[in-house]
Amino acid sequence: MKLTKISAACALAASTLFAASAQAQVSGDVIKIGFITDLSGLYADIDGPAGAEMIRMAVADMGGAVAGKKVEVLVADHQNKPDVAASKAREWFDQQGLDMLIGGTNSGTALAMAKVAAEKKKPYLVVGAGSSALTNEQCSPYTIHYAYDTTALAKGEAPAVVKSGGKSWYFLTADYAFGTALQTDATNAVKAAGGTVVGSVRHPLAASDFSSFLLQAQSSKAEILGLANAGGDTINAIKAANEFGITKTMKLAGLLMFINDVHSLGLKATQGMYLTDSWYWNQNAETRAWSKRFFDKFKRMPSSLQAADYSVTQFYLNAVKAAGTDDGDKVNEQMRKSKVNDMYAKGGYIRADGTMMHDMFLMQVKTPAQSTTPWDYYNVVATTKGEDAFLTKAESKCALWK
Amino acid sequence: MSAPDTNNTIARRSRIALWVGLALLLAAPFIGLYPVFMMKALCYAIFACAFNLLLGYTGLLSFGHAAYLGAAAYATGWLVRSAHLPPELGVLAGTGVAALCGLVIGLIAIRRQGIYFAMVTLAMAQMLYFVFLQAPFTGGEDGLQGVPRGKLFGLIPLENDKVLYYVVLAVFVAVFLFIIRIVHSPYGQVLKAIRENEPRAVSLGYDVDRYKLLAFVLSTALAGLAGSMKTLVLGFASLTDAHWSLSGEVVLMTLLGGMGTFAGPVIGAFTIIGLQDFLADQVGSWINVIIGAIFVVCVVAFRRGFVGELLAWQQRRKRP
Amino acid sequence: MDIFGIPIQAFLGQLLLGLVNGSFYAMLSLGLAVIFGLLGIVNFAHGALYMIGAYVAFVALDRFGINYWFALVLSPLVVGALGVVIERTLLKRLYRIDPIYGLLLTFGLALIAEGLFRYWFDVSGQSYPVPALLEGATNLGFMVLPNYRAWVVVASLTVCLGTWFLIERTRLGAYLRAGTENPALVQAFGINVPVMVMLTYGGGCGLAALAGVLAAPVIQVTPLMGSNLIIVVFAVVVIGGMGSILGSILTGLGLGIIEGLTKVFYPEASSIVVFVIMAIVLMIRPAGLFGKEK
Repeated sequence: MKLTKISAACALAASTLFAASAQAQVSGDVIKIGFITDLSGLYADIDGPAGAEMIRMAVADMGGAVAGKKVEVLVADHQNKPDVAASKAREWFDQQGLDMLIGGTNSGTALAMAKVAAEKKKPYLVVGAGSSALTNEQCSPYTIHYAYDTTALAKGEAPAVVKSGGKSWYFLTADYAFGTALQTDATNAVKAAGGTVVGSVRHPLAASDFSSFLLQAQSSKAEILGLANAGGDTINAIKAANEFGITKTMKLAGLLMFINDVHSLGLKATQGMYLTDSWYWNQNAETRAWSKRFFDKFKRMPSSLQAADYSVTQFYLNAVKAAGTDDGDKVNEQMRKSKVNDMYAKGGYIRADGTMMHDMFLMQVKTPAQSTTPWDYYNVVATTKGEDAFLTKAESKCALWK
Repeated sequence: MSAPDTNNTIARRSRIALWVGLALLLAAPFIGLYPVFMMKALCYAIFACAFNLLLGYTGLLSFGHAAYLGAAAYATGWLVRSAHLPPELGVLAGTGVAALCGLVIGLIAIRRQGIYFAMVTLAMAQMLYFVFLQAPFTGGEDGLQGVPRGKLFGLIPLENDKVLYYVVLAVFVAVFLFIIRIVHSPYGQVLKAIRENEPRAVSLGYDVDRYKLLAFVLSTALAGLAGSMKTLVLGFASLTDAHWSLSGEVVLMTLLGGMGTFAGPVIGAFTIIGLQDFLADQVGSWINVIIGAIFVVCVVAFRRGFVGELLAWQQRRKRP
Repeated sequence: MDIFGIPIQAFLGQLLLGLVNGSFYAMLSLGLAVIFGLLGIVNFAHGALYMIGAYVAFVALDRFGINYWFALVLSPLVVGALGVVIERTLLKRLYRIDPIYGLLLTFGLALIAEGLFRYWFDVSGQSYPVPALLEGATNLGFMVLPNYRAWVVVASLTVCLGTWFLIERTRLGAYLRAGTENPALVQAFGINVPVMVMLTYGGGCGLAALAGVLAAPVIQVTPLMGSNLIIVVFAVVVIGGMGSILGSILTGLGLGIIEGLTKVFYPEASSIVVFVIMAIVLMIRPAGLFGKEK
């Protein structure tokens, strides 16, 4: 009899435990903002826990309450698993009364969460992920793609580089959907700006050795080596390019790079490189003042994503204030009527397909001699207006924008 | 307790425990347990049970088992989303695809034993992973998104979480009973013999390779079933479904719960999925450390797992 | 002049690069082959130990100013000591049961190590500079080869051949091989087998760390650098034959070259070519190229 009692007791205990944690929390008087991102893995530095802190900071800067309701921030680590991201999002919407979801890095998780948010009819603002599918084939009335996408990176970089003399390109592309998308977008942009693409080579994801591919790139005699990859691959490719002297004959153009990548490589290896980003901490007095607050907390400068996390939170809360409610549909509508004017973007607005239109900046990495203060890494070389950087109506496959 | 009856008593208790467990699962949505979490856990429980059939009952460690879950997940996802197949056909097809992968890889791997077998299955699974990474239809890093749940047999709409939950539960119970049936059958006895002493089984005249291959294919098919169901539940298939870290996790689920027991993998699956879910809010990169630590502790001091230790404790108690 | 459609200069260049990578693969699989060949343990922690070796070199330079050349000796010693501790406290308990548990234990250890290092260090990784003596490159006519890469070839091949010689041709090696095949008998001769086993495991770990130090100036030092490579390394050892050290060395070299050629003609497949080769080899020779059927 004892085992039955034991197992019954365990079962009962377990279910009460679960039931307790699964209590649906009524959202009536609290505005709940959720943030699901990679807190510990590959993208933890560019967004991660610091990004979560920025969301909290944004809430605190607005007094911690909006329209008479307290604001609460929930944070979870999706561990780069779409399963975990989608389940967590679902759970928060169903059980915690989540009002708005902010999407962190990793496109697979972002796309999965977009579907959940659309099903639950709540606003979903993507900051970390770059897949343009979020506002293209998989666009949704509830998704707002806030910070950047692969099209904007390509179109914000290629034409400007061509204009400043880099006419012939060779691509080193990571052989998966993301790399292919980057290469395609960049190729179109290069050709549209009057440049030529001499060739390309695709490398397997997480390849540790790039020497062979770089040799092929060098023998193409192109002026620009476009790096259509991200993260560790980009870093290793740049290291190898320096080692083999590729940087002496070709200029590197990173298609997805963040300031953390430049920092970890050092200026000696990255000087003269081109890259595109939506924001830079040292752009003007306003960005510097805000970045100093970040620096005081984390002893490093923020990436554009962390700045976007702050901006998107306040953008949402301002819309809540204007609409007078945290009802998903009403706030969604209000956001699409509002403008973004803060230290992150000026004159930003939400387009019909969900893209937050704002400028993209082409940067060139400084030489060690040019850099005067820590993290002073970029010269801003060119600005591309949002309308020119993001996908155009003719190219778009979004059903909402016809 | 009188000694002679004790084995029967243990068996009776186990059956009662299983019935209690079933009752709990049946009542789950009504006692406040979140259906989506339960469905996810049940799918992984199916996966762990399938894996246990191979490891616990046949003695074969397949170290790349996630590949079959992923293969079926992608197959079902694509068929249901883009070829507009109804869910039951999509799941069947997915299971079939996984079984086919299992057959091909099994044919290559079965010639080796023990550690070699594990290594080969791992490498073959990696190859499959790269195929998934690069094939256009899988969506690569973005995953295969937007898989609708559809209507089961054209009648039962699956959009409602509670409805789908009972469907998943039914599939789970079916798989569970199927595995019990296999293990208690003459075929299952041969498998156990192979696990205990393969050379002797060979000397008794059994075509050991064929038995092992069949077990392998059964296991991969059921793993595929788990993947297909999961795609329906969550609405997408992604690379994580085929990644070797999931292969490692299912080993842990089986080990932690109790290898070679029926309920062990289920408990192991619920524990690990629960941990991951619960810790998503809390700990960051420590999740890997925790999982690794559980592995180490299990291997060194807790090899029989929860259910195994429970059974062993009962066995010890029966000695006067 | 063209070979298969590419200029012979480029072809030779790729071949040489393949050789560089191959010697690195050989170096990396060496520790694994030693531990498996002699002790029968599948050391899944090999990738993590390689990573730790690289980090020891990085921290030595970053915090203590210890340069590369000292790190080449220091790192294997530190990691080897770690291996000895692991063997004494954990692995020792698993010898008498199914070898699968050894695999699972080392797998768990690898997860712990990776998690810890992810917590302690940035995931985007750290840069380790090429030592001053080896900076720069030499123009070989058909390509420019960085001096450091040439050094990797020399160092790897030396260590590989040295280890093979030690184990297969010296008396110490004979004791090792005998001791692991029949411990009771060898111990009866007065040789301390448990200590030998402990040192062998430590040695294998040290070799992994050495590979890590060699790799540090070339690729970013990240907590994930081990897990990216571990499966390829296992495939190399399986192809070479899991009991054979020479097999792993030759397979490593061969794989580097074949991979290098694949990168030229069908680059997308270069990461899975090793598995394809493994499948083929296993169909023809189930024990691997140089393995002994156990």
